[in-house]
Amino acid sequence: MAGGSKEIRAKIKSVTNTKKITKAMEMVAASKMRKAQARMEATKPYVDKVKRVITHVAGAHPEYKHPYTQERETVKRVGLVVISSDRGLCGGLNSNLFRAILPKLKAWNEQGVEVELALVGNKAQTFFRSYGGNVVATVSDLGDTPHIEDLVGTIKVVLDKFDEGDIDEVYLASNTFVNTMTQQPTVQQIVPLQAEEKTDDSRWDYLYEPDANTALDLLMRRYIEATVFGAVVENASCEQSARMIAMKNATDNAGEMISDLKLSYNKARQAAITAEISEIVAGSAAV
Amino acid sequence: MAVSMQVDIVSAEGELFSGKAEMLFAQAADGEVGIMPHHTQFLSSLKPGTVRVVSGDEEDHFYISGGIIEIQPSVVTVLADTAIRAADIDEAEANAAKQRAEEAMDSAKTETDIARAQVELAEAVAQIQAVTKLRDRLHKTGLA
Repeated sequence: MAGGSKEIRAKIKSVTNTKKITKAMEMVAASKMRKAQARMEATKPYVDKVKRVITHVAGAHPEYKHPYTQERETVKRVGLVVISSDRGLCGGLNSNLFRAILPKLKAWNEQGVEVELALVGNKAQTFFRSYGGNVVATVSDLGDTPHIEDLVGTIKVVLDKFDEGDIDEVYLASNTFVNTMTQQPTVQQIVPLQAEEKTDDSRWDYLYEPDANTALDLLMRRYIEATVFGAVVENASCEQSARMIAMKNATDNAGEMISDLKLSYNKARQAAITAEISEIVAGSAAV
Repeated sequence: MAVSMQVDIVSAEGELFSGKAEMLFAQAADGEVGIMPHHTQFLSSLKPGTVRVVSGDEEDHFYISGGIIEIQPSVVTVLADTAIRAADIDEAEANAAKQRAEEAMDSAKTETDIARAQVELAEAVAQIQAVTKLRDRLHKTGLA
């Protein structure tokens, strides 16, 4: 009996320690989340402005049509850029994303479309290492402050393959930030661009320097880079919020567990005392 | 008050300038350009250099490491790069990304992974054992 209470006491101690850790992680995540959200806000103007320029370009009547705006008739192979976090302990953030990707992969598989993967973040690498898949580029350990330069290589691999005709469409899978409690996994097509409807009928075109081809190519690449970078920054924000919530839940659960264990401990103690008393009473009655 | 145009200078890591201006100078692909309101549509890459924005008596300077400038009659957008970009640097980055992919997939069954997995497994087993033991004991004493 005494052994039981001792063990419960040890368990209470260990859960208390776990609770301390999860509480600390929750607070770290909360502070990182604020920074990550500020970074996400800072990235928005760039993405918005690139989009604005792209919309203008779509409204122009250029002499040169960029391949990234042209749908290909047959799609034999697609590229998929997957954005995940580097670390775990962030609830179902990454697994929800992979769960959203799997039906897509199945659908492509059924249509006989091959998939080439470009992975951002350790978690995606770990997942596709066990799931299998044709991985053509990876980047990880971006840290808390991702830079667009870190992603350039990975994006270039995918875009080069598109240019060469190896792949016909490029998709981006990432978590979008709805609010601190909610992150929405999404898979969207990024190349060819879903061109918006032309709004004005005026026939105008840009003056290009050095020429239309070079200028538009640069713009398209920057647009894709900005989109992927925006998704990475957003994912970082999602990661910290998800971690904060996961750690908060863990802390709450640990608290509940501690009170349960304390109850058991007290019951065990009470039972031991009762048994002792009855033994004494029985003993004295015998005398 | 002179005629003005909207100028937005942004980089991937933040907004550098947003406001009205009367004139803007930048290093376009074929040389420096000076832009005033109602300029015709113009799209160019930018060379590393300074972008000058003149509004009233004020003049702001922004050093950018390259990028894109887009001009509409009433709006000028400068998309600044955050680092100097060159085809060969991009190429090297791309090769590095490819190599990382190959290494990551090759090392799927390396010893470190197996060792890590074993440690994780051992930890999980120990935890389950501890919990089961505790539960059994609680059941035995009829306290659970």
